[in-house]
Amino acid sequence: MQPTSWYLWGWAFDPWLDQPTVIIMAIVLAILGIAYFVGVVIHRQPESTVNPAIVQAFNLRVRAWWLMFVILTAAFLLGPTATVVLFFLVSFWALREFITLTPTRMGDHRTLFWIFFLFAPLQYILIAQGGQMYDVYSIVIPVYVYLFIPARIALAGDYKRFLERAAKIQAGILICVYALSYAPALLYLKYQMDGEPWVGSRAGVLFYLILVVQIGDVSQYVLSRFWGRRIIAPAINESRTWEGFFGGVLTTTLFGAVLHGMTPFNAWQAAFLSMVTAVMGFAGGMTMSAIKRDRGVKDYGTLVEGHAGILDRIDSLCFAAPVFFHLTRFLFADH
Amino acid sequence: MHLTVEVLSWIAKILSGASARWVDCHPDTCQRVYFANHTSHLDALVIWASLPSNIRRFTRPVAAKDYWDKGFVRRYLAKSFNALLIDRKEIKVHRSPVDFMIREAGDVYSLIVFPEGGRNTTGEMGEFKSGLYYLSKKRPDWEMVPVHIDNLNRVLPRGEFLPVPLLSCITFGPPIWLEKGESKVEFLKRAQEAVMRLKDN
Repeated sequence: MQPTSWYLWGWAFDPWLDQPTVIIMAIVLAILGIAYFVGVVIHRQPESTVNPAIVQAFNLRVRAWWLMFVILTAAFLLGPTATVVLFFLVSFWALREFITLTPTRMGDHRTLFWIFFLFAPLQYILIAQGGQMYDVYSIVIPVYVYLFIPARIALAGDYKRFLERAAKIQAGILICVYALSYAPALLYLKYQMDGEPWVGSRAGVLFYLILVVQIGDVSQYVLSRFWGRRIIAPAINESRTWEGFFGGVLTTTLFGAVLHGMTPFNAWQAAFLSMVTAVMGFAGGMTMSAIKRDRGVKDYGTLVEGHAGILDRIDSLCFAAPVFFHLTRFLFADH
Repeated sequence: MHLTVEVLSWIAKILSGASARWVDCHPDTCQRVYFANHTSHLDALVIWASLPSNIRRFTRPVAAKDYWDKGFVRRYLAKSFNALLIDRKEIKVHRSPVDFMIREAGDVYSLIVFPEGGRNTTGEMGEFKSGLYYLSKKRPDWEMVPVHIDNLNRVLPRGEFLPVPLLSCITFGPPIWLEKGESKVEFLKRAQEAVMRLKDN
């Protein structure tokens, strides 16, 4: 069957969105819509036995996901550039949340200015230039920006807690900008399947990564809730257990294998990549929990309004995206 | 002029990521004095922008004449925001700033004031100047609303002209009034504490 091109502006791409991708995206949106509807109905029932706080948390979460997938779908329909812009905006906001919660000093002001208005956009501009810029965008932040940060702080003339301040800003741009930018970079790979150029949808591969990361988050959370006994690190996160972790990784691996049709991987390869993605997502969640604990907050969004911030939603994706990208690039792409 | 104000307050809001919280206080068009800690040039603009638009129209920031009367741009901005310019240098008995504020506010306008007088650099709140006390003494019907500005000094610190778009928070607290027999020192201390308390709220 001829893959249908759905793109409006993405003329640079042959099959930007194909039928299997669109069908899976529609299914995900439908499932989230139904879940939200069910949640609202349960919430309205006055004599339900379910804890109302849990129902409300569930509803908020589902609504956030639904919104997230709707925005992502809209960006996909507008084409690859729009998708890169969307990820840039997400990065920018996440970095705001990160730096807001990590104390910096007045001497860091100019450094932060360049980080926000030069290096963060630059990374995404390079990503949007396509896969041939890989050699540049993979080193600009971890080499040159990393050297720039302490040097610029030194120029400002404030040496108090110098290394600590430099490290905070470096961690912020690494996690929120560099790591996340590998997700839209998936849109520009030349995928290979069995030695032939793959003709499937590139947007689908990105959607696949996001879906697998989310399935990993949800399954670990749910399994921890129902079967969790041994908490991994109570001082960092009370809800993550070994049972949830192993169960979640297993569940994600299975789902990832089932969904392999939208990717250039066969079922076994998809299972392996999903397993790695789930483990990395877990690592991301734990890392961000540790930072939050150190800063004495529960969510990155607390400054914004009682609800969780963007960074709470994308922490696992930030850690999973670079590993997924590199494995895919080395094993399943032509460069 | 109206457009300038709208555009500027949108830019300030986006740039400072300001979220407004009302703690034991609700937006109201009654006459009020919003008094806040002063940390950044953006303070008055962001407080003003955090108010609902029907209240904004009746709210005037109070600013220093020696700064805002200089040059075309500043004068234009002060005029756009309907700012009340106070002469910090020539304070005379017959032209006291408090009387000027009361006269200008009339029975309509609310005011935004920064009782520390100038921007603090350390992040610690400075002593409040006595103007707030005299305002509440002469107009006991006005509500004195404490406002705490968090993180805005990191968005645009003193002496910087390039902003960093962090997230700031504006907290409006429960109004206070001058109590019967309360001395100037006591009242100013209480006012300062009212702002301080909003920090951890």
